[in-house]
Amino acid sequence: MRYLPLTDTDRADMLERVGANSIDDLFVDVPALAQLDGPIRELPMHASEMAVERHMKTRAGKNLAAGDAPFFLGAGAYRHHVPASVDTVIQRGEFLTAYTPYQPEIAQGTLQMLFEFQTQVARLYGCAVANASLYDGSTACWEAVAMASRVTKRKRAVLSGALHPHYSEVVKTMAQFTGDAIADAHPAIQPEPDTDGLIARIDDDTACVVVQYPDILGRISDLSVVAEAAHAKGALLVVVNTEPVALGAIKSPGELGADIVVGEGQAIGVGLQFGGPYLGLFAVRNPKHVRQMPGRLCGETTDAEGKRGFVLTLSTREQHIRREKATSNICTNSGLCALAFSVHMTLLGEKGLRELAAENHRLACAAADRLSQVPGVTVLNNAYFNEFTLMLDGRPARDIVRDLADRGVLGGVSLGRLYPGVEALEQALLVAVTEMTTHEDIETLAAELEALLKEQAQ
Amino acid sequence: MSAPNKSGWKPQMEAAEGGVPQGPQTTTGNRALMLEEPLIFEIGHAETTGVDLPGIDPAATTRLNGLERSEPIGLVGLTEPESVRHYTRLSRQNYGIDLGFFPLGSCTMKHNPRLNEKVARLPGFADIHPLAPQSTVQGALQVIHELGDWLCKLTGMPSVAMSPKAGAHGELCGILAIRAAHTARGNPREVVLVPESAHGTNPATAAFAGYKVDNIPATPEGRVDVDALKARLGPDVAAVMITNPNTCGLFEKDFRTIADAVHDAGGYVYCDGANFNAIVGRVRPGDLGVDAMHINLHKTFSTPHGGGGPGSGPVVFSEALAPFAPLPFVRKYEDGTYDLVEEEKREASRGQAFGRMTAFHGQMGMFTRALTYMLSHGADGLKQVAEDAVLNANYILRSLEDILHAPFADSGPCMHEALFGDKDFGGGLSTLDLAKGLIDEGYHPMTVYFPLVVHGAMLVEPTETESKASIDQFITAFRSVTERALAGDESLKQAPYYAPRRRLDETAAARKPKLAWSEPEV
Repeated sequence: MRYLPLTDTDRADMLERVGANSIDDLFVDVPALAQLDGPIRELPMHASEMAVERHMKTRAGKNLAAGDAPFFLGAGAYRHHVPASVDTVIQRGEFLTAYTPYQPEIAQGTLQMLFEFQTQVARLYGCAVANASLYDGSTACWEAVAMASRVTKRKRAVLSGALHPHYSEVVKTMAQFTGDAIADAHPAIQPEPDTDGLIARIDDDTACVVVQYPDILGRISDLSVVAEAAHAKGALLVVVNTEPVALGAIKSPGELGADIVVGEGQAIGVGLQFGGPYLGLFAVRNPKHVRQMPGRLCGETTDAEGKRGFVLTLSTREQHIRREKATSNICTNSGLCALAFSVHMTLLGEKGLRELAAENHRLACAAADRLSQVPGVTVLNNAYFNEFTLMLDGRPARDIVRDLADRGVLGGVSLGRLYPGVEALEQALLVAVTEMTTHEDIETLAAELEALLKEQAQ
Repeated sequence: MSAPNKSGWKPQMEAAEGGVPQGPQTTTGNRALMLEEPLIFEIGHAETTGVDLPGIDPAATTRLNGLERSEPIGLVGLTEPESVRHYTRLSRQNYGIDLGFFPLGSCTMKHNPRLNEKVARLPGFADIHPLAPQSTVQGALQVIHELGDWLCKLTGMPSVAMSPKAGAHGELCGILAIRAAHTARGNPREVVLVPESAHGTNPATAAFAGYKVDNIPATPEGRVDVDALKARLGPDVAAVMITNPNTCGLFEKDFRTIADAVHDAGGYVYCDGANFNAIVGRVRPGDLGVDAMHINLHKTFSTPHGGGGPGSGPVVFSEALAPFAPLPFVRKYEDGTYDLVEEEKREASRGQAFGRMTAFHGQMGMFTRALTYMLSHGADGLKQVAEDAVLNANYILRSLEDILHAPFADSGPCMHEALFGDKDFGGGLSTLDLAKGLIDEGYHPMTVYFPLVVHGAMLVEPTETESKASIDQFITAFRSVTERALAGDESLKQAPYYAPRRRLDETAAARKPKLAWSEPEV
């Protein structure tokens, strides 16, 4: 077995040292009813590297990779170019095979990276402090709601109808058990988000208002009015961002008055990976809220010789110290994805991020203009960054997405899939465009859409 | 025992005639291969970038609703050569499994096979969107289903939820299913019982799910006190959370008895699967009466820890809890196709799904790695994994118990980790000092001060991927540092001496937290 260094001679010698006749003697505390008499029969025996690779390749080969088709999916996961050196760095064994930096003297690499990462995220979000990452955007969103309850001592969260439905679902799932009350709604199909309607739902018991920016339909609106309304009632504004590249083009949530900013960091450095592992980002605008934050925090300090160094800090918030009184039960986070994000962000820098954002926006505008020329297609949004909503005449968008896939085009995400059973959203198709999208891709989507919509009109 | 290092270094090497003088202070602060590295913010610039993008026409249309970001963001960039060097230098200040022995108890720091990395990067896995039409991702759904099937067969459990993102998230998933099951019967109950020796995540999880946490005491031999537990059971107890093998390194012999008693009282049994590596392929938790157990793919199934994640924490369920498992999950049809069951098909699902743990379907990148690992080992190899892991731990326990306090050495064989305490250390020295001394010897220390039930606990988990030579060298080093600790060797208080940093001031870090870089004041 290529991964097991002990030889039979070693095993015999070691058994002798421990005073056991056989390995079974070491499992003597396992009750007889749970002792198996050999390897589990329903499973195959060990296999060579070659055979295993072949097995896995047959599975991979059954999937249509985004790079092999005109590709327009978004809705919380975005396909961006990841520079080659990002993967080289994260595959260094010293990063890949390290543990959570509990022994800081021999984990300065991870710790300094996390300190840099926290700074990058805080600045991107327009916040004072970011943590060292959570699992993903959706769980970060719930952690923000839970933190808002702790800060305000209120238990009612108002969710915007235009929050990613999976995120709302996660929040509602958790709230069932914590006693938090969640008010949510479906997005209304209109060019601008229903800000007045949202503000009307804020009351004196509201702990936080949760708004996505850009929202699930790709719309962008000035959140400062929501911030003012929330603050007037003593509530916090939680802003969720699922596309960090957008923040290279539009004002930061912190600048617009968000108190807690959370999001999905996947778009920078991480790759699609069928939904995970991703990267939960979490930041607060007011440094006074730091002690209510969930997750790990890396801080600067000095060593015994006076040299600058970094440690995990404020851990009295965390489960391994506080146990049932912790701010969250999180332990493992998304360290390696945080590294990928940070490396990519370092390669981009201010200039690169702004150019990347501008390129995304330019292509998205071009795509929207081209697609709106297809008979039966209208663009819903007035404003958007790199994702917008198309309204299709006739058949539900879900069917169109399926038919497009049959024609080798990954044409977007239908809102019918995200909001099953909501009739008003059935005709809506969410289209994302990034720097990876070519003009040929856009032409192909336009042509196939036109063909499909024409086919059904007949 | 032979010289602890075959590199040419000898324990009794004499200094050359007249001694070798200490080197001078260097101008850079570097010491040859020990390289100091500034922060990116101290070396990068706003105008520097390592990515070439097409020049954008500044007059291009914008549809940003007047929300253009006009103020500087405050980011800096590096070109690719600068960036690669920055991160390579940082990496060299880290300890990882690839560098050496990493016996961190409860964390299962085993070798991460590189085939797993290669497979996870196949475009058919790495470059597929979570919301892609299901007809285009049948292979991905198949992998999730196959991995789930392996997990069910390895644990002897009928059902699995794949979406939890890490161990603690899996714990939450399990406890929420338990709460949903109780609620369906009319009363969620109020209390979860947790042994004193449990991981901190257990009580934190139970509290997060709205339960009051009551501790169960341990017996002097280091196992759950069955009588005390039985006495505490009642109609208010929703569940017990027990780690098996437990954090004292012992198998809970009476697990089945405990499970039966809990079931008789109408409660459920949650097993923390963090220590599954000790029994994988040899013992099935399902045979012991478990209702829910999370499995850390990043421990038992070798997906890399990555400096603190990502993890992956699928949860296996008994028949009683299966209907409450969260969405989404993958279902296989008789024609060999796969289907992702999401909210829409809630009615057609296994029953009363309690909701959703996360956007999308879980840690696919970890699933491909874990399945690759399982296929490589097979049923026979996984059994050998458990046996070698347990043998290595017992070998360490019996090689050190003569000089180091081993509180449960008489409680029978240990499982895959050996537990020691710092009783008898001289000169006010403690576990922390020994740990830092081990750093100088070139090791990542064991887990320290956990479990809480042992004074100055040291939890040593060698895993199965160490050679006997590696373990022998570790034992030699551990003995020598222990001897220094017993003798009250003052110099240990200042250790480590040879790491990239000396001891760091954690108190100062917490008192006046500096959690982000800021431009120095001019």
